[in-house]
Amino acid sequence: MNIIETKNLVFEYIRRDENGEAEGVTEAVDHVDMQIQQGDFVAVLGHNGSGKSTLAKHFNALLLPTEGTVLVTGKDTSKPENLWDIRKRAGMVFQNPDNQIIGQVVEEDVGFGPENLGVKTSEIWRRVEESLKAVGIYEFRKFSPNKLSGGQKQRVSIAGVIAMHPQCIILDEPTAMLDPNGRKEVIRAIRALNDVENITVILITHYMEEIVHADKVFVMEKGKVVMDGTPREIFSRVEELKKYRLDVPKVTELAYELKKSGVPMPDGILNTEEFVEAFRKATRR
Amino acid sequence: MSLILDHVTYEYGIGSALPVKALDDVSLQIEEGQFVGLIGHTGSGKSTLVQMFNGLLKPTAGNVYFQGKDIHDPEYDRRALRGKVGLVFQYPEHQLFEVTVFKDVCYGPKNLGLSQKEVELRAFEALKMVGLQDEYFYVSPFDLSGGQKRRVAIAGVLAMKPDILVLDEPTAGLDPKGREEILNLVASLREKMGIAIVLVSHSMDDVAEYADKIIVMNHGKKVFDAEPKEVFAHVEDLEAIGLAAPQVTYIMKALKDAGYPVRTDAITIEEAKESILEMLHR
Repeated sequence: MNIIETKNLVFEYIRRDENGEAEGVTEAVDHVDMQIQQGDFVAVLGHNGSGKSTLAKHFNALLLPTEGTVLVTGKDTSKPENLWDIRKRAGMVFQNPDNQIIGQVVEEDVGFGPENLGVKTSEIWRRVEESLKAVGIYEFRKFSPNKLSGGQKQRVSIAGVIAMHPQCIILDEPTAMLDPNGRKEVIRAIRALNDVENITVILITHYMEEIVHADKVFVMEKGKVVMDGTPREIFSRVEELKKYRLDVPKVTELAYELKKSGVPMPDGILNTEEFVEAFRKATRR
Repeated sequence: MSLILDHVTYEYGIGSALPVKALDDVSLQIEEGQFVGLIGHTGSGKSTLVQMFNGLLKPTAGNVYFQGKDIHDPEYDRRALRGKVGLVFQYPEHQLFEVTVFKDVCYGPKNLGLSQKEVELRAFEALKMVGLQDEYFYVSPFDLSGGQKRRVAIAGVLAMKPDILVLDEPTAGLDPKGREEILNLVASLREKMGIAIVLVSHSMDDVAEYADKIIVMNHGKKVFDAEPKEVFAHVEDLEAIGLAAPQVTYIMKALKDAGYPVRTDAITIEEAKESILEMLHR
C-alpha cells in the first residue's frame, strides 16, 4: 500500500521585489509523481535549493499543492478535515533540534505530542518510555534538554514524533548540525525504527553515506525528480550525481577512480566489504 | 607572528555546585600561514577554545599570546586583535543584517575606524576574494543562496584583513558541492594571502586534504596535535573519543587486512588510488 502518493504535484510561490511587486513565479516543486510504500526507507537527495524540503513539507500538509494532489494513507492533504489525521500519521523532524524542543524535561517534551492527541495519561507515560528507549536516550529522561548533545537532542525530537505512533516519519536533514557520533546515533535510531517498528522513513540528507541502506533514493533538481532507484543504481552514476552538485560515498568514488584507471571494478560499490571483495575479483588473474 | 596558548584553562560555574572545565590546561601554537584542523565532538571544548584566540573569553588560568604579546595585558588593544584574528561562527549567514551585500561586508572594517574609502576598498577586495560576482554586490544578502550567504559572511571577516581566520564548521548544512567550494575557497585564501587558517570541523574527510596539522580536543583537553597522517594512524583512539579517521583510511586498512600491501596512511582518494595502482603495477 502507498503511504504517500503525489500525483502531478506542483508548488509555486511568487517572487516579489522590495516593493512587494510580483517579479515572477518559481516552481519549487515541478510536476512530481512519487509513490512511497508502507515500511520503505526512502532517501531524498538534492543540492541546496533543489526543492526537496518543499516537497517533504507536502507529506504532512505543512504545505499544500498549487496543482496536483498529495495523498497520505489515501487521504487528500488539501482537505482540512484530513489534517489531524495526516499529522498523526506522518511526523516530521527538522534540521535544528533547538527549534523543536519545548519541554523543560526530556520526558515532558516527548509526552507533548501524544498529550495533544488526547491520549490518556498512563498511555502517554508508556509511550514516552517506549519512544525514549527506541532511540536510546531513556537514561536522560529526567534531564533538561539543554544539557544534551546535539545528537541526543535530535533523538529527543525523533522520540517526540514516535510517541505519536506515526506510520511515517519525515526527517529533513536531521544530522546536518551533528558531529560524526551524533550522526551515527541518529541514523542508527532511524534504521531501527524502520527495521523493527516498520515505520516508513523519508530521509532528506546531504550525506551520501547515510543513504546506502535506503530501499529507494530520489534525486531532486530544480523541483523535479531527476533520478530514482536503489542506492546501488544511483551511486553507479557518479558523473550524473556530480552534475547535480552531489557526491558518492568515498568508497564508491575510490572504486570508480580505480575503474577509470583500468582496474575492472564494478559500479555502485556501497561499503568497504564489497570493495575488498570486488577488488579481489578484479585483480585475480 | 604566531598565536600561542600557554596552559590555558577555562572553567565556568566556579563556586557553584557543578563547576565545568571547558578547557583543561591547553597549550598550543598556530604559526603564520599554517592550516590547522581543529577536531572534536560536540562539547569537546573546540568552540570555547577558538573564543580564546581573539580574547572573546579570558582564561581562568594560563595566558594567550599573539605576536609575542599577552592579549589580556591591561594595555593590550584587544579591539585591534579582533581584526587580526577573524572568527567566522557556525551558520555565519544568520548574522548578516544589512540591506545590501556590500554594506554588510563594510560593517567590520568600518568598526575598525578606517576611512570610508579604505572601508569600501576592503569590502570590494574581500567580496572578490570569496568569488562573489559583481551582480550580487548590491542585492539584499537575504536573496542569496545558502552557499553565497556564507561567502558573504566570510568576506565580512576577511575585510578586516585578519592574520588568522578561524572558521567554525564552515560547511555545515551545505550540499556536497557547496562543501567542496567553501573548502577550496578557504585553501585559496591561505595560498594567495598567506592567512593562517583554523578550520573547526567534525569531518576528518574535510580536514584531511588541507590541514598541515590537526589538533584533536576531548573533554576540554588537547589529545592530539600533529600532522594528519600521524593523527589518523590512531584510529582506535579517535573512535574511543567519538571521532573517526577519514573513510579512505578504513578502506586501505581493510585492503591491507585482506593481504594487499597498500599504504594505510593514505588519507585522500588520490593517495589511495596511487598506492593501489602502484601495488598492482609492481
